[in-house]
Amino acid sequence: MANMSNIKNPMPEQPADVRNRNFSEVTLGYSPETAIDEAQRCLNCKNRPCMNGCPVGVKIPEFISLVANGDFDGAYDKITETNSLPAICGRVCPQEKQCEAQCVRGIKGESVAIGRLERFVADYHLNHKQDVPQKRKSNGKKVAVIGSGPSGLTCAGDLSSMGYDVTIYEAFHTAGGVLMYGIPEFRLPKSIVQKEIEKLKDSGVKIETNVIIGKSFLLDELLDTMGYNAVYISTGAGLPQFLGIPGEALNGVYSANEFLTRINLMKGYRFPEYDTPVYCGKKVGVFGGGNVAMDAARCAKRMGADDVYIIYRRGMEELPARAEEIAHAKEEGIEFLLLKSPSEFVGDEKGNLTGVKVSDMKLGEPDASGRRRPEIIENSEHLIDIDTAIVAIGQSPNPLIRKTTEGLETTNRGCIVADEDGATSKPFVYAGGDAVTGAATVILAMGAGKKAAAAIHKKLTAQGETL
Amino acid sequence: MSYKIIEKRDLSPQIFLLKIVAPAVAHRAEPGQFIILRTDEYGERVPFTIADFDREQGTVTIIVQVAGKTTMDMQKLKSGDSVLDFAGPLGMPTPLENIKKAVVIGGGLGTAITYPQAKKLKSLGAEVTMIAGFKNKESIILSEELAAVSDKLIITTDDGSNGLKGFVTDRLKEELESGELFDEAIAVGPLLMMKAVCDLTKQYNLPTTVSMNPVMIDGTGMCGGCRVIVDGKPMFACVDGPDFDGHKIDWDIALKRQNALKSQEKRACEEGTCRIGRSNING
Repeated sequence: MANMSNIKNPMPEQPADVRNRNFSEVTLGYSPETAIDEAQRCLNCKNRPCMNGCPVGVKIPEFISLVANGDFDGAYDKITETNSLPAICGRVCPQEKQCEAQCVRGIKGESVAIGRLERFVADYHLNHKQDVPQKRKSNGKKVAVIGSGPSGLTCAGDLSSMGYDVTIYEAFHTAGGVLMYGIPEFRLPKSIVQKEIEKLKDSGVKIETNVIIGKSFLLDELLDTMGYNAVYISTGAGLPQFLGIPGEALNGVYSANEFLTRINLMKGYRFPEYDTPVYCGKKVGVFGGGNVAMDAARCAKRMGADDVYIIYRRGMEELPARAEEIAHAKEEGIEFLLLKSPSEFVGDEKGNLTGVKVSDMKLGEPDASGRRRPEIIENSEHLIDIDTAIVAIGQSPNPLIRKTTEGLETTNRGCIVADEDGATSKPFVYAGGDAVTGAATVILAMGAGKKAAAAIHKKLTAQGETL
Repeated sequence: MSYKIIEKRDLSPQIFLLKIVAPAVAHRAEPGQFIILRTDEYGERVPFTIADFDREQGTVTIIVQVAGKTTMDMQKLKSGDSVLDFAGPLGMPTPLENIKKAVVIGGGLGTAITYPQAKKLKSLGAEVTMIAGFKNKESIILSEELAAVSDKLIITTDDGSNGLKGFVTDRLKEELESGELFDEAIAVGPLLMMKAVCDLTKQYNLPTTVSMNPVMIDGTGMCGGCRVIVDGKPMFACVDGPDFDGHKIDWDIALKRQNALKSQEKRACEEGTCRIGRSNING
């Protein structure tokens, strides 16, 4: 008998006025009883609309009905048939735009809490089950994966399970990419990311940290002299975009990448136990409206800022961030200064930031992206006092590989050109994730990694048959 | 992964040399490029310019001046110890081809960075005049190595305790006044020294390359913390540099940015505990 409640079981979380002063995880996860109760809200629709919304095709109704029956291990196996990183996806996917947006229960009331259930199943597994590493028989072929973010990890995991000898090259000292440097501890605990990576290593994937492809070794060397049969480029979108307004070199103006990397990867929030300092003032302006902006704002609050503003040139409806992050940010005391566009950072004689000049905006006709275009209201410029600015208006792909690889086609925005399967203009070189699309989501990057793994397998198998 | 130190040598009370086994860095290293290291899992990522490398041995040499928490910790390292992370080579190599007659100016630790540049210039057949400036006699480093790679070596000390008394710019001015015709100046040292060199060479229309070493985290263009304003445009020292046309740098902004984070570094030195020694447990 289905549970016909019209609302999701609420997610237990730390109270807002407590959590905005610590870096522990905000949401605490369902208990087994709550998970079973929530799972019983699923109607097990025959045409499974939710699955159409999932970029990696998780068999959602099947895993949920296993949860409803209390078979959490079975549910985990079902999810991991298609998704190798469920503990991560359950936490960071924009479910309300994907699987949950398609859920029939969402027509009258709230959808089934698919993301929360996925997280519950993954956490239950991590806490209760010891995985026995399954080393597959090697097929004797080597693939190099460049970058160890979600796309690279997924591609490596899939290829390894097909028998390939996979090595991931990572420029940083720690694997995980944006999962480590970008997304904060309170939203995605780093121990969970590292457990997923350990599982991958146990299954035979090798990870070489501190190696920068394009600098330490060229991409062509991987194929020509280092014996790799194919390469997957998943280098993400690491290059920060700045606003391009006067005063951006003042002290106290950060890219979101720098601010978040200092805090997340280098653990600057535990300075001086960790050596990396993070300067964060008392009045912080965060420019942008996506998940990165929300993460930066919430980090600033936790670093002790009194006032944290999200300064965004469109309105509340247009904020691109995940709904849960916006709600959490509001609860934690982040102020939203909407329909405002910065024109200049101002500073004192020492070069320290003291404020930002902004103009009010109004929304005009929809632009190419379908969102209403913001237009400046004349003579509305005014000054907002801030001592720290964090620019979170987007990232572009890193140019290191593009600049050092002949014959790799890229767009004028620096994105690598790749087809549906990830094939690039260079034979045996595939690419996917943010390096191809520009900054997007974890799950889309994972989907691209999966497709490329299948395409690489097809290509190398076909090649083997013709030899 | 850790990277073994096979040689540690004190060059002065505050400056020391580390030769480290890092084949992946040595493989494509060139003069002017840098590495990023982390001593242990609590450490900062700190950039150091490559002072020398040996591709066959797979080693990279860095020269370090005690300046803050990490370098204080590093001074206690010994031959046989390791650092946890060592990544590179990063940045663009110094463009040294097609230079026939160069004046290379090093200030203090910057002298260590000019050494591989002068060495490569010599190997490419250029004539090299080297002007190396130090605080005093005790702080002079690499004088023999520099002599071996320059046609003319001028050592100056601020207090005159060894070599000529005065600043590198005084000697550079003498050279330029005497009618020496250089086609390139390369200056590496403290920001104020590089700025003074550029102010001078500009009067003689002598193209001048400087090496910027701002605060950075990743060294691959990701954080943007190392931005330098060149010709009015923001450039990243880690990927666009670290070498830039010194006549186009906004020195005022560069100097102000250098002062950022200074108070925090002071706090790290005072409150942070040294972990070298303990690092042998995990390294």
